Amino acid sequence: MTEHRDVLLKGGRLLDPSSNRDGVGDLLIRDGKVEALGGVIAAPDGADIVDCAGQVVSPGFIDVHCHLREPGREDVETILTGARAAAAGGFTAVCAMPNTDPVTDNQAAVGFVLKQGSAAQAARVYPIGAISIGQNGERLAEFGEMVHAGAVAVSDDGRPVVSAQLMRTALEYARTFGIPVADHCEEPTLAAGGAMHEGFVSARLGLKGIPAEAEEIMAIRDILLARLTGGHVHLCHMSTKGSVELIRWGKDRGITVTAEACPHHLSLTDAEVEGYDTNAKMNPPLRTAADVEAVQQAVKDGTIDVIATDHAPHHNDDKQREFSEAPNGIVGLETALAVNVTWLVKSGILSLGTLVERMACAPARLFGLPGGTLRRGTAADITVFDPAQAWTVDPNGFRTKGRNTPYGGRILHGRVGCTLVDGRIVYQKMG
Amino acid sequence: MSAPLGKDLLGLEHLSAEQITLILDTAEPLREISERAIKKVPTLRGATVVNLFFEASTRTRISFEFAEKRMSADTVNVATSASSVTKGETLVDTAKNLEAMKIDMVVIRHASSGAARFLAERIESNVINAGDGTHEHPTQGLLDMLTLRRHFGTLTGKRVCIVGDVLHSRVARSNIWGLTKLGAEVAVCGPRSLLPTAISEFGVQVFDRVEQAIEWADALNVLRLQLERMTAGYIPSLREYNRVFGVTRERLERAPRDLVIMHPGPMNRGVEIDSEVADGPHSVILEQVTNGVAVRMAVLYLLAGNAPALAEAAKGGDR
Amino acid sequence: MPGTHIPQRMPIAPTTVLNARALERTVARMADQIVEQSDGSENLVLVGIQRRGVQLADRIAQVITQREGAAVPRGALDITLYRDDLQTVGPRPIVGKTVIPCAIDGKTVCIVDDVLYTGRTIRAALDELADFGRPARIMLAVLVDRGGRELPIHADVVGRTIDVPIRGRVDVLVSELDGRDEVTMVIAGEES
Repeated sequence: MTEHRDVLLKGGRLLDPSSNRDGVGDLLIRDGKVEALGGVIAAPDGADIVDCAGQVVSPGFIDVHCHLREPGREDVETILTGARAAAAGGFTAVCAMPNTDPVTDNQAAVGFVLKQGSAAQAARVYPIGAISIGQNGERLAEFGEMVHAGAVAVSDDGRPVVSAQLMRTALEYARTFGIPVADHCEEPTLAAGGAMHEGFVSARLGLKGIPAEAEEIMAIRDILLARLTGGHVHLCHMSTKGSVELIRWGKDRGITVTAEACPHHLSLTDAEVEGYDTNAKMNPPLRTAADVEAVQQAVKDGTIDVIATDHAPHHNDDKQREFSEAPNGIVGLETALAVNVTWLVKSGILSLGTLVERMACAPARLFGLPGGTLRRGTAADITVFDPAQAWTVDPNGFRTKGRNTPYGGRILHGRVGCTLVDGRIVYQKMG
Repeated sequence: MSAPLGKDLLGLEHLSAEQITLILDTAEPLREISERAIKKVPTLRGATVVNLFFEASTRTRISFEFAEKRMSADTVNVATSASSVTKGETLVDTAKNLEAMKIDMVVIRHASSGAARFLAERIESNVINAGDGTHEHPTQGLLDMLTLRRHFGTLTGKRVCIVGDVLHSRVARSNIWGLTKLGAEVAVCGPRSLLPTAISEFGVQVFDRVEQAIEWADALNVLRLQLERMTAGYIPSLREYNRVFGVTRERLERAPRDLVIMHPGPMNRGVEIDSEVADGPHSVILEQVTNGVAVRMAVLYLLAGNAPALAEAAKGGDR
Repeated sequence: MPGTHIPQRMPIAPTTVLNARALERTVARMADQIVEQSDGSENLVLVGIQRRGVQLADRIAQVITQREGAAVPRGALDITLYRDDLQTVGPRPIVGKTVIPCAIDGKTVCIVDDVLYTGRTIRAALDELADFGRPARIMLAVLVDRGGRELPIHADVVGRTIDVPIRGRVDVLVSELDGRDEVTMVIAGEES
């Protein structure tokens, strides 16, 4: 462990929705904590000075949904490469989903992920434990043991929780530990064999589709179970207009339902699948323009609480297959900020402050994690980024092992300049 | 008040505080009979009591049998495997056969909630519910209350927390009804998957962690956690249950006062309760067993004989 | 002679048969007779029948202690569970405490009760005592014998014999339970 150095972030736009702060000023970090912020601050002797002029200084982004593939598929990603990729994307913390091999469904596995994350010395890694042993949807995993070992939530993501009774029990049992239960909403019999959104494009391309209802049926089921049990359900990667209407219905009734949306569902439609590019294949699939617009509005009005990446690296060999055979998933840690800025902020749908709220403040709050704030005395988990800077997405330059992105070659706006975790620089843009 | 409890004892939910107090007050002096060299009084001599146990139970049945024999009643034990029930005889026919044999009282334990009432409505004999499904186990509730009352002197204002699988527990329900009627404050503690959704409508507080319960209570009634709950998926494992909800010595050491520890038995040592606690100085578990016989004697006594009042004979004492 | 037989006219209102002072004298005399008939107090155990027999037994014991200088073991017996009329008596009588303070095998047990009437209470008391052991001898001391025996029961020591018609009643009141010491008699139908 290297010593804490004093760091002065100079002249950036300090943007912290958690404390209603938005204005140009300096930020001084000492001993890994935010020591002072605002106005002009004199640099202490020996402090590293980072020129943030023209950039935004915000609480570090937190991704509550990503797949780091370790243990089991270290050829595709490791916790080390994933944590570094996260840091490069401006994330100071990520929550790692448990659909590893073996599944992270016990205290030893949770401890392993935590240890690997700690060793990575990049973004913080918080393990999410499985809901059921082996994610088989049959037997409840030991939530207590996993939380005691460091798990921050439970999920069977990768798979839906098919049994309503299991979902109910999970929501009830999770109440003892105060953790959310995150569900991948997919009704398996409706979605079986589907490779993309069911609509005009899938009909033209001759690909079996997954109807929006496959997601919506499970979403409303989960919302109703949250009402029955008083538990906290977190709906992963919401992608349809119907889903966000149902979430709104639930929230209006005071039900503890929170939801996330992914950058790709906020930017791309099923038209991306033209050409059968498997980099446009993920689950839930890219939907219609009307769905994209509805999800964007939901992010704006807070119906969708957080933006998460669902970062899902795959081996090139696996993805280079017939469309219907290819695995679902795209990487997203290193493009998330740019996609969100380009499609949501530059288009005028969201203010930058709201984006930071959805990417940093809300994730911390909803999952009970430290961070998401620049308040004095808190740990210095900070992202410095330039929302205006244009850059071309080059997958070969990614720190993630995965290359599967639909944004390759595109010019996006929004570049991370520097990421700090615990007051240490874990990523800095070259040049 | 010719029949102060009515014909049957089916549960505590619909008894009044006066009736419950009468049973406890009657049980008190009956305790002494079990301390005599000749543990018998002739009160129910000639009465026939059938113990109709459709669910296996050693301790409750033995307790009832002692109570009946110590009151000099003639007892007959019917266990499911030996009875014609396994040949498919319905509960209705069993009831009619009992009645045809002029049985005075039936003590019934059955796996279906409501079975005791079903029987009571169809036969003239007194029916005592020894546990019906997950509905009620009134004599257990009564002996728990007697034990607490003896220990504290009163139940009014005393804080009793029931810890464990309340969802499936008839003991919990009987305790909740009885204790609240006599003025105690009742709470429950356990994983939410083992608490009824509508638990707050029972008029009890709910604690999610056993540490909170220990902080609050004067007494804990620790329920047995059955292995079936794990296989049915309500909790992940017995081990985790012990780690999160187990009543352990370490947890009790942090209690702000000396808690009374109760358990209806049989215990899963190392699951819901650790041996050090069960065998420790605050445990009244064995007293519960002693009080159980007295309470059951009291119930038999108060139910037996439904003759209408003869006021003159009753008053003044026939000397 | 067991006691003074006082012929009574039929009273029409509750009358005092013994007032507090008379009761005290009678109790003292009963205590002497008990000691005399049991050949001393060394082997004696007094057992009072719930409820007022218990208070009377206490007072007798106090007198004996004063006179003889020795403490006499005292017990209480509740005979409710041994009654032969439980099926017909109506309201379930509350069961009182039974406490037998020592082994009674070989002892002289003196049962103490307030009123002796049909003798059924004493019959029940004898059955109950048999469950506790085998005394060498059982005596009976009662404050009032009102006649009307239905069983062959006989009191060894009697405070006062009073002829009471069937519908009449005799009540013994003790200060510990009733606030005053008195024995009253009433004909049923006028005052209860």
